[in-house]
Amino acid sequence: MTLKPLLDAETAAQSMAEKESRYTRQEALIESNRCLFCFDAPCIMACPTGIDIPSFIKKIANGNPTGSARTILTANVLGASCARVCPTEVLCEGACVVLDLEGDPVKIGRLQRYATDYVFEHQIEVLHAPAKKNGKKIAILGAGPAGLGCAAELAQLGYDVTVFDKKQAGGGLNTYGIAYYKMRPEISLDEVKMIERLGVNFRYGVKIGQDISVADLEKDFDAIFLGLGLGGANRLGIPGEDLPEVVDALDFIEWIHTRPLHEVPVGRRVAVLGCGNTAIDAVTQSKRLGAEVASIIYRRDEDDMPAYGFEYELAKNDGATFHFHTVPTEVLAENGHVKALRLAKTESRDGQLQIIPGSEWTEEFDLVLKAVGQEKQSSAFEKLFPGLKLDRKGRVEHNPETMETSVPKLFVGGDCANGGREVVNAVAEGKKAARGINALLANQKVTGPIQPSRHGTKDGALGSGFNHPIRVPELLAAMNS
Amino acid sequence: MADLSINFAGIKSPNPFWIASGPPSNTAYQSHRAFEAGWGGLVWKTIGDPIINVSSRYSALNLGGQRMVGFNNIELISDRSPETNFREIKEVKDRWPNHAVIASLMVDTRERWHEFVKRSADCGADGIELNFGCPHGMCERGMGSAVGQNPDVAETIVGWVMEAAEIPVIVKLTPNITNVVYAARAAKRAGADAISLINTINSITNVNLDTLTPEPFVRGLSSHGGYCGPAVKPIALNMVQSCAADSEVGLPISGIGGIGSWRDAAEFLALGSLSLQVCTAVMHYGFRIVEDMNEGLSDYLDAKGYQSVADFSGAAVKTLSDWQYLDLHYKRVARIDYDKCIGCNLCYIACEDGAHQCIDLVDSAPYGLGPGRVPGKPVPKVREEDCVGCNLCSIVCPVDDCITMVEMDTGRDQMSWSDYQTRLTKGEMQPIPAHP
Repeated sequence: MTLKPLLDAETAAQSMAEKESRYTRQEALIESNRCLFCFDAPCIMACPTGIDIPSFIKKIANGNPTGSARTILTANVLGASCARVCPTEVLCEGACVVLDLEGDPVKIGRLQRYATDYVFEHQIEVLHAPAKKNGKKIAILGAGPAGLGCAAELAQLGYDVTVFDKKQAGGGLNTYGIAYYKMRPEISLDEVKMIERLGVNFRYGVKIGQDISVADLEKDFDAIFLGLGLGGANRLGIPGEDLPEVVDALDFIEWIHTRPLHEVPVGRRVAVLGCGNTAIDAVTQSKRLGAEVASIIYRRDEDDMPAYGFEYELAKNDGATFHFHTVPTEVLAENGHVKALRLAKTESRDGQLQIIPGSEWTEEFDLVLKAVGQEKQSSAFEKLFPGLKLDRKGRVEHNPETMETSVPKLFVGGDCANGGREVVNAVAEGKKAARGINALLANQKVTGPIQPSRHGTKDGALGSGFNHPIRVPELLAAMNS
Repeated sequence: MADLSINFAGIKSPNPFWIASGPPSNTAYQSHRAFEAGWGGLVWKTIGDPIINVSSRYSALNLGGQRMVGFNNIELISDRSPETNFREIKEVKDRWPNHAVIASLMVDTRERWHEFVKRSADCGADGIELNFGCPHGMCERGMGSAVGQNPDVAETIVGWVMEAAEIPVIVKLTPNITNVVYAARAAKRAGADAISLINTINSITNVNLDTLTPEPFVRGLSSHGGYCGPAVKPIALNMVQSCAADSEVGLPISGIGGIGSWRDAAEFLALGSLSLQVCTAVMHYGFRIVEDMNEGLSDYLDAKGYQSVADFSGAAVKTLSDWQYLDLHYKRVARIDYDKCIGCNLCYIACEDGAHQCIDLVDSAPYGLGPGRVPGKPVPKVREEDCVGCNLCSIVCPVDDCITMVEMDTGRDQMSWSDYQTRLTKGEMQPIPAHP
C-alpha cells in the first residue's frame, strides 16, 4: 500500500478528540435535576439492558455517583462504553418524557458517563463476585460485548468463567471498531479489567477449532456461550476489489485503534461504500485524519440509509460528501494501486434497483473502504458445531428467553444471534444467556425480564425494554427488519 | 393606573415595597441605590449599641439545583455607631424626602429606648421599627426575640417606647413563638401603631458531612441562625393572616418573609399586609428586582379593577376559616387530560404509595397517545368514585393543566363539621361511617 498518514500527532489528537467532554460535577447536578424521576419510566423500557435510569440519575443529583454507577453496572456491565456509543437519541433519550415537555431530553448518556467514569477514575469496585465459586465452568467464545456481558453475569453468580478470543485484547468491537472520537479504546479495556477483577479468566490469541477444539471445550466446560459476532466485510463482486487499497472499513477503524493516530495511513480521496453507521464512522474518521475528500457511495436514496439521522448530520458537519443512487462498477488501478472508482447511477424500477444504462463515470479515489455489511459466519459455525441451526439470514437460532441454541448446552448472543445490532443489545443478550445457563445448570426457571423495572401494572405485565416495544419509529423499524 | 402609594400608620411611601432591616439597608450608599432602583421605603439595619460580628455569617438551603430557597444568618444588628447611622438616615431623608425611612431599634433600658426613639425622630426618620425578633446573639443579651417571645415583656417595652414616640411605631414580631397573635395583641395593648412580621426563624440549614459542622462555620463551631427566603413564605403568610383576621389586633401590617416577586407581594397584600418588606431576594439579586414588583403589582391591580394598594389589602383574609366550618359535602376529583399526559406516571405512584390508591394503570388503547407516551405502556386513570380529591396527583404532575381537580355535584347540602356535631347532638342524623 502506498498510503501514508496525513497529520502530525498534535493535529490528529485534536481532530480525533472525544466529541463530548465529560460533565463537571456541577453540570451533572444541573442535568440530573432535570429528570422527573418518572415511575416505571419510558427510558427504562427503551434500554435493552433495562438500566433503572431514573434511579441512577437521582443518585447523581443526590451526590452519590458511586451508587449511581452501581445501578448502571449491575444492569449493564459495559455501562461506560454504552454511555458513549449507544444511539441514545433513539433509545433512552428518545423515550425521555422531558423531550416532550421541553423539547430536549435529559442527557442520559452523558450522565451515565459521568457516573461510570467516576468509579473507574477513583478505582471503586461496585461489582463483586462471591468468594466461593459454585464449581461449574463456563467457556465464553468471543470477548466482545456479548461475551463480556455473559461472563460478568456468570462470575457474579459464582461460576468459573473463561473467555477465549483470537485477538490480543478483550472488548471486541468496543476496543477495535468504534469511532475514536466517540470512545477511546482504553475505556473498553478498563471494562475488561473490571471483569477480570470479578475473577473471569481471559485467554487471548486463541482461535476456536484451530488452537482449541470444540470437543475439548465440551469436555472441560459445563456450558459454552457463542459470541463470535460477524465475519469480514461482504464481497463487492466487482473487478479490482482485491487491490491493496480496498479495505474493510472495520479494519481501517482497527488501524486507528491499534497504532498512534499520526501513524494511521489514510487516503487523500476516500470512498466509503455503504451508508450504515459503520460507513459514517469510516467517512468521519477519514476526514478527521486529513482526507481532502471523503465520500459515501450509496446505491439507494437518502431516505433509505440505515445510518441514524444524527450520524448523517455528524458526517455532513465533518465535510463528508454523499453520492446517493450510486454504485461502484469497478475499482480502477494504476501500477497495482487504487486510482479511481468507476461509478454508475441507479434507479428503482418495479421495486428493483437497476443501473441506469450510460450513466457511468469515473471518479478519482486512492482509498476505498467497504462498509457494505459484515458476512455471517454460517459455514464456520456449522463446521464448529454440527447440528447448529441457523435461520435464513444466517443468524444462530435460539430460544429468546434463555438464548439456548439447538446444540445442547450451547448458548448464543450478540451479532451472531441478532444479525448485527448495537453494543447494548449484545450486552443484554449475553446477560440473558447467563441467566439461561444458570437456569439450566442450577435447574431453575428463567423468570421475568433481565432487569425488571421497578413496577409494572398490578398484574406485573410490564418489564424492561426487552419485552416491550419502544415508541421510536426508527428503532422499531430496525428491530423488525 | 392603580395607585401604588400607601399611607402605613402615617408613614407615607410611593409604593408598598420596602427594604427590610438587614444587610441591604446598612448604609446611606445602599439606601440611595435602593431608592434609585424604585423602592418605596426602607427599614434601616437595626441600630443599637454597636456589636462585633463574626466572620462567616450566612448559609443557605439549596434544593434540586436551585440556590437559596432558604437562607440563614448569624449576623447581629448594625456594627456601626448610632451616630453614623442617624447621620446617614438624615442624609438619606434629605435627598429622598418622599420615601419612607424607618429606623429599626434594639436597646435594653427604658432610658436607652427613650434616647434612641428621640434620636430617630430628630434625624428625620418617618417611623420606628422595634426589633423584637432577632433570634440569635442579641436574645442571649435579653434583647431581640427574648423580648418578642414574652408578650408581657414586649408590652412593657412598647409602653416605654410610646412614652417618647412622636413618629409611628412598628413592632416587628418573631415567628419563634407558639402563637404570634398573642405578641401582636400585646403590641396593640401597649399602643403600637403597626406590626411587621415575620422576623427570621431559628434554623440550622445543613451539616457539612466532611467536617460534621453546620455552616456558617466559625473555627470549629456554628450557631443557631435566623432563617428566611422563599422557603419561609408559607409560614409568614399564615402568621400575617392570623394577625389580620384577629379582631383584637386591628393594626396595619407590614408583611415580611420570602417575598421575591410581585406575586408574592400580592399574596401578602391579599392576606392583610399593607406594606411589604424584602431582604433575602435583594441579597440574592440586588435592588433591581423591584422594577418587576412595581410593574407586576400595578398591572395586576389594574387587571382586577382595584384602585389602590389599600383597596386591595386584605382581600383574601376572609377566605380563611377554621377547619370546622369547611363543607364536608364538597367534592372534587382529579381528571387527567390525555392529550397533555407525557406518561411519567408520577401521579400514579404518588397516589399509590403516598395517598389513597385511587389511580390505576390501564391499557392505553382507548386514550390515544399523548405527547410522550409509549405504545403499549399503561396510562394512569383515576377511579373517580374512590378519589378523595386530595390534590396530590395534580400537585406532582409536571405538566401544566394536565391534571385538573374537577368539582362534583354530590347533590347534598353544605354541612360543616360544626353543623355535623350540632345535627348529631339534636339526633337529626346518624354518625357517618368511617372510611373503609
